[in-house]
Amino acid sequence: LSREDFQRIPELAINPLGDRIINAFFQEGEDQVNFRGFMRILAHFRPIEDNEKSKDQNGPEPLNSRSNKLHFAFRLYDLDKDDKISRDELLQVLRMMVGVNISDEQLGSIADRTIQEADQDGDNAISFAEFVKVMEKVDVEQKMSIRFLH
Amino acid sequence: LDYQHVQVPFEITLWIMLASLAKIGFHLYNKLPSVVPESCLLIFVGLIMGGIIYGLNDKSPPVMDSDIFFLYLLPPIVLDAGYFMPSRPFFENIGTILLYAVVGTIWNVFGIGFSLYGICQVKAFRLQDVSLLHNLLFGSLIAAVDPVAVLAVFEEIHVNEKLHILVFGESLLNDAVTVVLYKLFRSFCEMPAIKSVDVFAGVGKFFVVGLGGVLVGLTFGMTAAFTTRFTKDIRVIEPLFVFLYSYLSYLTAEMFHLSGIMAIVACAMGMKRYVEANISLKSHTTVKYFMKMWSSVSETLIFIFLGVSTIGENHEWNWPYICFTLIFCLIWRALGVLVLTFFVNRFHVNTITSKDQFIIAYGGLRGAICFSLVFLLPDFHRKKLFIAATTVVILFTVFVQGMTIRPLVDLLAVKRKRESAPTVGEQIHIRFLDHLLAGIEDISGHWGQYYWKDKLEYFNSKYLQKILLREYDQPKSSIVLLYEKLERKHAIELAEAGQLGHTPSHPSLLNNDRTVITDKKLEDTLNLDVLENIQEILARNLYRIRRTGPAYNRHTLPGETEPMGRAKEILILRHKGL
Repeated sequence: LSREDFQRIPELAINPLGDRIINAFFQEGEDQVNFRGFMRILAHFRPIEDNEKSKDQNGPEPLNSRSNKLHFAFRLYDLDKDDKISRDELLQVLRMMVGVNISDEQLGSIADRTIQEADQDGDNAISFAEFVKVMEKVDVEQKMSIRFLH
Repeated sequence: LDYQHVQVPFEITLWIMLASLAKIGFHLYNKLPSVVPESCLLIFVGLIMGGIIYGLNDKSPPVMDSDIFFLYLLPPIVLDAGYFMPSRPFFENIGTILLYAVVGTIWNVFGIGFSLYGICQVKAFRLQDVSLLHNLLFGSLIAAVDPVAVLAVFEEIHVNEKLHILVFGESLLNDAVTVVLYKLFRSFCEMPAIKSVDVFAGVGKFFVVGLGGVLVGLTFGMTAAFTTRFTKDIRVIEPLFVFLYSYLSYLTAEMFHLSGIMAIVACAMGMKRYVEANISLKSHTTVKYFMKMWSSVSETLIFIFLGVSTIGENHEWNWPYICFTLIFCLIWRALGVLVLTFFVNRFHVNTITSKDQFIIAYGGLRGAICFSLVFLLPDFHRKKLFIAATTVVILFTVFVQGMTIRPLVDLLAVKRKRESAPTVGEQIHIRFLDHLLAGIEDISGHWGQYYWKDKLEYFNSKYLQKILLREYDQPKSSIVLLYEKLERKHAIELAEAGQLGHTPSHPSLLNNDRTVITDKKLEDTLNLDVLENIQEILARNLYRIRRTGPAYNRHTLPGETEPMGRAKEILILRHKGL
């Protein structure tokens, strides 16, 4: 699959995060994604089962665990992959989601407030741990789950 | 002494006064409301009043007139419920709610009706003359869960949001089913012969009643939103429109024999978003206060009348029938919940745990709607038996189940409501996830809830907002609105707290950008003097109160409880960061 194939989906074109979602499917520098890669990304959204007998502490965590789901969302914010959501990155996302009629100053204040609500180590950016903490009250397991093929 | 002249309004006012004084009385003694829910106390007061009247006059006290109940007492409560319904959890769980409301109620009605008919066949109880149709009619009015009772009990126990919305949504939406079945069976009672065509007509009628009610409600809701678009110069009567249109939708639906409750709920939910954007802040507060006040008064009156009406000579006590009614109500509800939850859990990611199921089954309280419906029954020789049975069931559910549900919730450690402040960050991330999920659903071709929500949002922004909102050139996202609301509250609270005169402990330079922005938003709510004060205070003061609150509490308005959490730390961090 190439990027153009994704862009042909009409609803995705009007989704504010459309481009970022598409980019998440493609690995670094590649322009094609095969079925395996496609599945890996969608596997993040499998519902979490309570009775996973295969919960092997030594093995890698399953892709649809809570922390991996949050990590996926985090990567969509963090474009330069420095493991922090900086003020600029937050501003970009806000601008995409909030619309055209808000002034830059207001948007800046909203971004500032968000960072200050979440920031605990004072670096003026949201790290992954801080992101997890903000989302601790949100029911991520149920929100980020889609029942494919049932 | 011209008593006749003022009798009717005088008596009404006296009743309302009695109800309000009783409420004050309960809350004076602190421990009482936590053990006994208010509804029980009110019924108790009603019982005492009824006893007094009976003793004095030696005749039955005034029975609550069904018309008064349905036309005057019920709409404010349902309006309040619909207006403050948190729409997000409601629509996320709408499938489950509809399933419980429709299928669950039908299951209960037929289950109770048939099993009571079975009991009537037993010769020892001398009940043969109660026909199947009568039993089904009785079943239809006793099976429905009552929104008033549920609201009164559940709002004090603070269970988690999903559970609350499930029980509450079900109690609101089962009105359509109840209305149809009740009217259906009643007309069957009067018809000489029943053909299968009539049964099918009944089923079709259910859809008409339910969907028709919703349509009527939505029409009135949209009209209300449209009207408020033009009220910029007459702010004073803005709140009136909200109430007028909602009440009209209720009455119109009742006129056409559609479901009035569904109409008023649909009206309130539909118009809320647009009306709140159009009306001024003061009108908004007025609407909130009036709604809470009216629904509070209504609920109190209903329970007191319930108590008063039980005393008297309206009852025929046939103990086996009554006991079995009670037992069957409980059993069929539990069975219904179990079976339906089994189906729901297979299709949904949100599983409903068995603890939740127990609370849902246990929270099936009957209340004043059953009571009024039973008085509306046509007079036949067994009517008093039904009245007695209904009274016992209502008293049992409200007293026993109402009182024990709180300890049970504690005992079973049911997940409680999370008390937390709405933060801007959370809102942003939640919205982010919404978009993300909508995108993933588009990619995978799955028509899930995000897909429909996205479509609705798109429709909303393209068409509805243009027509219904006054300042279309500034459609504000809810993130921005929440941010503005929090900042405004913050500034006002600082202004109030500043009157205590805290000395500056951190002489930081105020961030000039922030002043500019808060200025813009505060302009229309505060005058210049206060504005200057606020600028100084924002520079000096570290004291801040953050407000949160549950959205659907009867006694407090949204935004009045005050935890002083991490507010101070955040403010310190903020000053450091500037």
